[in-house]
Amino acid sequence: MKGWMGKFRALFLFSSLALVLSGCGKENLSALKPEGYGAEVILDLMILSIAIMVFVFIVVMAIYTFVLVRYRAKKGQENYIPKQTEGNKALEIIWTVIPIILLLVLAVPTVQATFDLAEESTKKSDIQVEVTGSQFWWHFEYKGQEISTSQDLYIPEGERVYLTMKSSDVIHSFWVPSIAGKVDTNPGDNENSMYLEAYEEGVYWGHCAELCGPAHSLMDFRVVVVSPEEFEQWVNDMKNVDPKAEPETTVAQEGQELFQNNCLSCHAIGSAPKGVGPNLTNFGDRTKIAGILEPTKENLVDWIVNPDEFKPGNNMPSNLVSEEEASKIAEYLMQLQPSKITPESAKE
Amino acid sequence: MSTAVAQKKGFGAFLWDYLTTVDHKKIAHLYLVSGGLFFLLGGLEAMIIRIQLMKPDNEFISAGLYNEMLTMHGTTMIFLAAMPLIFALMNAVVPLQIGARDVAFPFLNSLGFWLFLAGGVILNCSWFMGGAPDAGWTAYAPLSTTSPGHGVDFYVIGLQIAGAGTLIGGINFLVTIVNMRAPGMSYMRMPLFTWAVFVTSTLILFAFPALTVGLFLMMFDRMFGSAFFDVNAGGNVIIWEHLFWIFGHPEVYILILPLFGAFSDIFSTFSKKRLFGYSAMVFATVLIGFLGFMVWAHHMFTTGMGPVANSIFAVTTMAIAVPTGIKIFNWLFTMWGGAIRMTTAMLWSIAFIPTFTIGGMTGVMLASAAADYQYHDTYFVVAHFHYVIVGGVVFGIFASLHYWWPKMFGKVLNEKLGKLTFWPFFIGFHLTFFIQHFLGLMGMPRRYWKFLEGQGLETGNMISSIGAFFMAFGTIVFLINVVYTAVKEEKAPADPYDGRTLEWSIPSPPPFYNFKQTPLVRGLDPLWVEKSEGKKGMTPAEPLGDIHMPNSSILPFVMSLGLFIAGFGFIYQVDNIAWLSLVFIGMGITLGCMLIRSVKDDLGYHVHKEDLEEEGGH
Repeated sequence: MKGWMGKFRALFLFSSLALVLSGCGKENLSALKPEGYGAEVILDLMILSIAIMVFVFIVVMAIYTFVLVRYRAKKGQENYIPKQTEGNKALEIIWTVIPIILLLVLAVPTVQATFDLAEESTKKSDIQVEVTGSQFWWHFEYKGQEISTSQDLYIPEGERVYLTMKSSDVIHSFWVPSIAGKVDTNPGDNENSMYLEAYEEGVYWGHCAELCGPAHSLMDFRVVVVSPEEFEQWVNDMKNVDPKAEPETTVAQEGQELFQNNCLSCHAIGSAPKGVGPNLTNFGDRTKIAGILEPTKENLVDWIVNPDEFKPGNNMPSNLVSEEEASKIAEYLMQLQPSKITPESAKE
Repeated sequence: MSTAVAQKKGFGAFLWDYLTTVDHKKIAHLYLVSGGLFFLLGGLEAMIIRIQLMKPDNEFISAGLYNEMLTMHGTTMIFLAAMPLIFALMNAVVPLQIGARDVAFPFLNSLGFWLFLAGGVILNCSWFMGGAPDAGWTAYAPLSTTSPGHGVDFYVIGLQIAGAGTLIGGINFLVTIVNMRAPGMSYMRMPLFTWAVFVTSTLILFAFPALTVGLFLMMFDRMFGSAFFDVNAGGNVIIWEHLFWIFGHPEVYILILPLFGAFSDIFSTFSKKRLFGYSAMVFATVLIGFLGFMVWAHHMFTTGMGPVANSIFAVTTMAIAVPTGIKIFNWLFTMWGGAIRMTTAMLWSIAFIPTFTIGGMTGVMLASAAADYQYHDTYFVVAHFHYVIVGGVVFGIFASLHYWWPKMFGKVLNEKLGKLTFWPFFIGFHLTFFIQHFLGLMGMPRRYWKFLEGQGLETGNMISSIGAFFMAFGTIVFLINVVYTAVKEEKAPADPYDGRTLEWSIPSPPPFYNFKQTPLVRGLDPLWVEKSEGKKGMTPAEPLGDIHMPNSSILPFVMSLGLFIAGFGFIYQVDNIAWLSLVFIGMGITLGCMLIRSVKDDLGYHVHKEDLEEEGGH
């Protein structure tokens, strides 16, 4: 028995140690390091529930340890018959009523927070974004602004941004742990909503949290939080994009032509409703290629030629263009930087 | 036809005996062996998952195969391992605990097993026939309805057939417990395990039809062009989530309640004390079963049901913690003042208390709807349900197997090897799953084929994978123990642990008719009551007489075989209409068998009084 408790303690220590080694996770990814209103409300709720639960656990373990140490059958007692107690009404009432009280202490703030986080937009001036999940990328459309983008969601610091969410194929789930919780995106009429309110400028990691196919684990996105002034600037820049603007270098010009011939049927540039593939208006400013690869030209060429190697099961055809053509297209895409406001601006 | 009396020799006779048996003790063996094999298969799938997640950006298996792995791990462990292992215990123990000679419908009992096996085999055939299902064990539409290939078809058909077996089994135990208790065995004298099986059977009766309906809708969507879950044709994908969880949440209690019952019996036996607060325990079991139907939507807090529904389901879910807490405290006070013997069965039960308490606590945390927006679909949830399902169900199955092994096989499992099973498994379990709570909060969603470098998830995943190997080691030692015990250990007496309930009043293993004379029950813990009055065994409630026994039958096996064949017909008729012939052949076999069963009188046979007398008293 002693060995048992000893091992349990060692295990606990080991786990705690591992936890210290890895910290509480990354600032821009962990639910334990809130950088937004939703995440903060939820962390408070978590801490309350953990406090109650640890209290219960300590009580249980205290009785448990006492019982196991004190009432272990001793040698030479083989024929000892303990008193056959039937039960105890007072005790039964105690361990029924106390848990009910503890649960009420948790239930009230739970209901409050649930309603708090369900707030929907009331004013026309609110920033509203329509989020669409697709295998395996995210489409963002700013309502009333004629701005479409994908993968990187730009929002202003300190303001509530209201999202309406749906899916174009299977169920996905939109999750930015450090800013807010998650909400599923459903196909059909079951549209959902949530809001983001970020406290600090920065680039925050988002995941898809509902199994949606082979590349489910690679359906990452970013939330780019910039200052309100920068956001306004970004909105202006994005509104005034000329989708047909001619690039400076000849390689990029050739790339543009190839792009128009091969890619435009799925990928839009400039404001457009959601297409088959991601909108590429500000591709040159993206934090990652396809949400996962470092934004270098080599990676982009590899991606264009063989996307299935990086995101298995995605809908973009492989080997649609040759490597040489892909390189030209990459040249064109990398220079699509319509705004001075980039993820870099958020990192100041 | 009576195989139980005839002592034939040879493998063929042995096989025939098991194929045709309607004896609940032999059906228990069948459930145990097949459930055990599926448990090993599910474990292997788990090991592959943990190897894939050992390091960031790992390419050990492909993304598609990984999704098949996680789907089959979940589906296998719940439907093909946990359920049959629980049915093994129910079959082995319940008739003995209530003083019955068999279950109410021995023929149906056999049919239930063969249907389960047919379904399980169909499901696993998918591995060799173009790929396993890959939409998760929850099979959310439209990912499942649009999944290419036949994987999900195998899921639908396999679970439909296996589910029918489970439903039949549940009804059977319900009727058995209502009708076949020995004289004096009132409801409030039933051992807690029997009580728990009674409540579980009720849950099966009400929960499985929801799954059946859901699977039928999905079957028609995938095979016959309906559009229940196709939003483009006016369908709705959320309906599947509701149907699945209306079944799926009670299923969790279907799994855990029988083990709660088993733990109650084990704590009581090895503390040499009557169960503390028996009526409160019964009440808590019934209440958990009842509340289990009120909470399904807590699996859907992020689906978008709105704050009102989310709040209601949050509060009902929290309410379940109350009866569960009552149970934990009553177990502790059963041991309080007792003389605790630390056998392997008791060790598993003791380990269950802190483990399950942690799982229950994270359950309450998850019930907090707003907070669930962070926990949902992350490794926090994975950690939680493994704490309750492994920490509760698997620990419970190990405890029960060590406890009732002598009653099932006539030998007590080797204690040293038993402890060597326990320690690696227990330590490995906490290593694997404790850290996963934090992985989830640190931003790791569940069902992730790979996690990328630089997200701070490396250490946690490594520790988790190492733990999995300890669990595998523990399981292997258990298998060694089974063989070792069969070869080396001595035959067990009728009552090796100074037991309290009726099953310990008859030899280990019991004769095929269980009780030569039906016992008279004079209180809770009937054997203990007799022993404490200085008697050696139970007082019979009837004079020695002829015993009526059911005949063995091959029909349940053939009926299941028919559905097995028809199942493949259903799956492949989508490709080519010619496959429909298999549906007709298979259904013809099954319906033909049903006809034979209906028109042929099978009145069973009698074991004669004289033969019983010759065997002498026990």
